[in-house]
Amino acid sequence: MATGAAAWLPFARAAAIGWMPVASCPMPLAPRDNSKKEDELIMLNVSGRRFQTWRTTLDRYPDTLLGSSEKDFFYNEETKEYFFDRDPDVFRSILNFYRTGKLHYPRHECISSYDEELTFFGIIPEIIGDCCYEEYKDRKREKLERLQDDQEENKDAKLPNMNIRQTMWRAFENPHTSTMALVFYYVTGFFIAVSVITNVVETVPCGSTPHQKDMPCGERYTVAFFCMDTACVMIFTVEYLLRLFAAPSRYRFMRSVMSIIDVVAILPYYIGLVMTNNEDVSGAFVTLRVFRVFRIFKFSRHSQGLRILGYTLKSCASELGFLLFSLTMAIIIFATVMFYAEKGSSSSKFTSIPASFWYTIVTMTTLGYGDMVPKTIAGKIFGSICSLSGVLVIALPVPVIVSNFSRIYHQNQRADKRRAQKKARLTRIRIAKSGSANAFLQSKRNGLLNELLELTGTDEDEQRLIRSTSLLQSQHHHLLHCLEKTTAHEFVDEHMFEQNCLESALETYPTHSPSLSSQDSGTFCCCGQRRQTRNPLPHTADTPQGPLQELSALHIQSSQLMHPTSRSNLNLRPDDSSRINCKGGRVTTTIISLPSPPSLREGHHPHGPPQRRVPAIAPSIQTTTSSTPTNIIKVSAL
Amino acid sequence: MSTVRHRPEGLEQLEAQTRFSRKELQILYRGFKNECPSGVVNEETFKDIYAQFFPQGDASTYAHFLFNAFDTDHNGSVSFEDFVMGLSILLRGTVQEKLNWAFNLYDINKDGYITKEEMLDIMKAIYDMMGKCTYPVLKEETPRQHVEVFFQKMDKNKDGVVTIDEFIDCCQNDENIMRSMHLFENVL
Repeated sequence: MATGAAAWLPFARAAAIGWMPVASCPMPLAPRDNSKKEDELIMLNVSGRRFQTWRTTLDRYPDTLLGSSEKDFFYNEETKEYFFDRDPDVFRSILNFYRTGKLHYPRHECISSYDEELTFFGIIPEIIGDCCYEEYKDRKREKLERLQDDQEENKDAKLPNMNIRQTMWRAFENPHTSTMALVFYYVTGFFIAVSVITNVVETVPCGSTPHQKDMPCGERYTVAFFCMDTACVMIFTVEYLLRLFAAPSRYRFMRSVMSIIDVVAILPYYIGLVMTNNEDVSGAFVTLRVFRVFRIFKFSRHSQGLRILGYTLKSCASELGFLLFSLTMAIIIFATVMFYAEKGSSSSKFTSIPASFWYTIVTMTTLGYGDMVPKTIAGKIFGSICSLSGVLVIALPVPVIVSNFSRIYHQNQRADKRRAQKKARLTRIRIAKSGSANAFLQSKRNGLLNELLELTGTDEDEQRLIRSTSLLQSQHHHLLHCLEKTTAHEFVDEHMFEQNCLESALETYPTHSPSLSSQDSGTFCCCGQRRQTRNPLPHTADTPQGPLQELSALHIQSSQLMHPTSRSNLNLRPDDSSRINCKGGRVTTTIISLPSPPSLREGHHPHGPPQRRVPAIAPSIQTTTSSTPTNIIKVSAL
Repeated sequence: MSTVRHRPEGLEQLEAQTRFSRKELQILYRGFKNECPSGVVNEETFKDIYAQFFPQGDASTYAHFLFNAFDTDHNGSVSFEDFVMGLSILLRGTVQEKLNWAFNLYDINKDGYITKEEMLDIMKAIYDMMGKCTYPVLKEETPRQHVEVFFQKMDKNKDGVVTIDEFIDCCQNDENIMRSMHLFENVL
C-alpha cells in the first residue's frame, strides 16, 4: 500500500459516514482493534550506521522483511536494536521506500549488489518508481547480456567425453581451439583465395601466339585450369561433407546461410561435369560458372568484419528497403518528366520512359556518364532538379546504416575485450582456488605426517603443524573429508585425474572443478522469499484468513502447488518452498507487495490500493476468493 | 508546481478546537504531511488519494463532493485544519453534528435543501465507486430507484426537497442509521 493510503485510511473510513443515511441495509460491524499499541521508534543498525523510524512506517509493507516478524530474527537483545550486516548505503534507498512509498535506484550502485539487497529485504524491483525504472531496466539488460556472453564462452569449454562428432564441430566453429582446426582453417582459406584468383585469371587474355588470336588464358591452358578447379572443388566438397557430418543438427545446418553458400559454390562444377556434351544447355552452363564467384563469400567464415557487415545489412533491412522504395519513386517520377520534356526535341535519346530510367539513375546518383543528356531547356531544368534531389534521397538513410554498423562493430570490440580480460581473470582465480584445493590435499598429507609425528616426533613439531591450519580451514577440511568418506571416493589433483582418465575411460571421478560449479550456483539460484504473518496496520486488526490464500497461491509459480495454504503454513515449511522455487533455476522472488490488507472480502468492501506497477492484478484478486490457477502472477525479479 | 506552503496553527489551538488528543493530532499530521508535503491538499491529490481505496470503480465524483464537504472555507484546497476539523466531527462528534455533516455533503449547492437532482448525483457517485463488476449486476436505473426510496423516507411533507430538520428527524427515528453512526468511533 502506498504511504498515503495507509495514513489516510482513517480519513476514508470516517468519510464513510456520508453513506450511512442513504444506506438501505444495516452496516457490518467494524473490526476491533485489540492490539492498540503506542507507536514507537525502532532502531535499525545497519553495519554500524543507525537508522530510526516509526514502527508504523515499517508496517506499511507487511510482506517485506522489515515489515513482518522476520526482522525479529535480527533483533539484538542487549542493544535493543535490529542489526543487519548489510550495505548501509543501499539501505538508505530501501528505508526511503518505506517512508515515501517510492523506491529509487541509486545510479552509482552496481546493479547486482542493489538487486541482492532488494532480495534480502524482500522487495520486488518492479516497484521502482518511474523516475528510475528505465535506468534500472537498462542496466539489468546489460548485465544479462554480459552473462549470456559469458555463458556462450563457457560453451567453448571442452567438455569431457566429447565424441568425435562434437570435437569436430567444435574444431570447425572455433579454429583456435586446436592445432588441427587451425591448419584446416588456413588451408581452406588458401584454397578459397586460389579458386577466386583462378576464376579471375581465367578470363585475362594471355599473350597472343602467332597462330591464334588473343584468347583468354582459360581457353589456352584449359587442362591446367581444369585441374586447379577440380582440386579446389574437391577440397570444398570434403569440407562441406565433414561439416555436415559434424553438425549437431543437420537440418539446421543445411538451412544456414553459410552452407547454402558452400553448396552454391561447388554445384556449378558438378553440373558442368554432367552436361558438357549437350550443346543446347552449354549456354546455361556458362551462366552457371558465374556462380563460382560466390566462393568469395566463403571468406566470411574467416573474417569477422565481413560477418559484421552482413549483420549490419540485415539489421538495417528496413532502412535499405525505404531507400530503395523512395529511389524507385523518384526515378519513375523524374523519368516520366524527362521523357515528356524531351519529347519535342529531335534526335532525342529519351525514346521511352524506361529508356529515361537510365538517365535518371545515372543523374540521381551523381554519376553523370553523359551518354544521355537533355537538350531542351525544360529538360535541362528538370535534369538539374533531378540531380539535386538525388543527393538528398541517398544521403538520408546512410547515417542510420552507418550508426548501426558502428554499434555492432563496437559491441564486437567490447566482446573481444571482455573475452581477453576474462581469460586473464579466470586464470588468476583458478590459481587462487587451486591454492585452496591444494591446501586440502596438503593437509591430508599433513594428517598422515601428524600420525607419524605422534609416533615419532616431538611436541614442537606437532604444535607447528597444528597451528599452520586455522580453525576455519580445519573445519572445512573435515567437511571435505566427510564427503570423501560418504562417497567412498577421494579428491585428487588435476594431473593425476587426467592420468587416471586416460588409463580407464570408464571411471567417473567427482569433478573437483571449481570454476564451473561455483559459478552456476552463485549466479543462478537465489531465492528470496518473504511471507508475512503480521497484520499490516495496527488499526485494522483482522484475523489473517482465507483471502490471503490468493496471495500465497499467487506467488508459487508451478501449478502443482495450487493447494491453498495459509500464510502461517508457508512460514512453517520454508524448506519445501525454497526447494520448489529453485526448481528449474527460475528466480521467483515471492514477494507480494500487493494490497496486503487482510480485509479483502469479496465485493462489498474493496479495500487496499494496489501498487502502481501492478494495477491490473487488483480486480482479479477481489472478485475471486478461491485461488485459481488462472490468477497466477509470476512476480520475478531476474 | 507551485510552492504553496501552509503551516497549521499550533498544536494547542488545534487541541482546543477539536476533540483529538495531542498524540492523535501528531499522528494525523505526520500522515497528512507525508502525503502532502506542501501542507495543503488540492482536489486532484484528494481524488488520487481517495481513488486508491476504491480501485475497482471510479471514485473521482464522490471524492469531488467529499472535497467540497471538507473544504469548509471553499478556497479550493484542504488544509490540515479543515482536515482535522472534519475528522473531529466525524469521529468524535455528536450524532447531531454527524448528521449535519452528512446533510452538508448531500447538499451540493449548500442552499439548505437537498433536491432530487443533487441526491441523484450523489447516488450515482456512490454507485460509480462500485465499478462494473458487481453482483447483482448494476442497472441504469438503480441509483434513481435508490433516490426514490430515500425521498420517500425523508421527505415528510412531500414538497420535493429535504430540509435539514426533516433529515435529522428522520434519521433519528431510524435505528439502523443511528447504530451505524457509532460505527467508526474507534478508527483513530
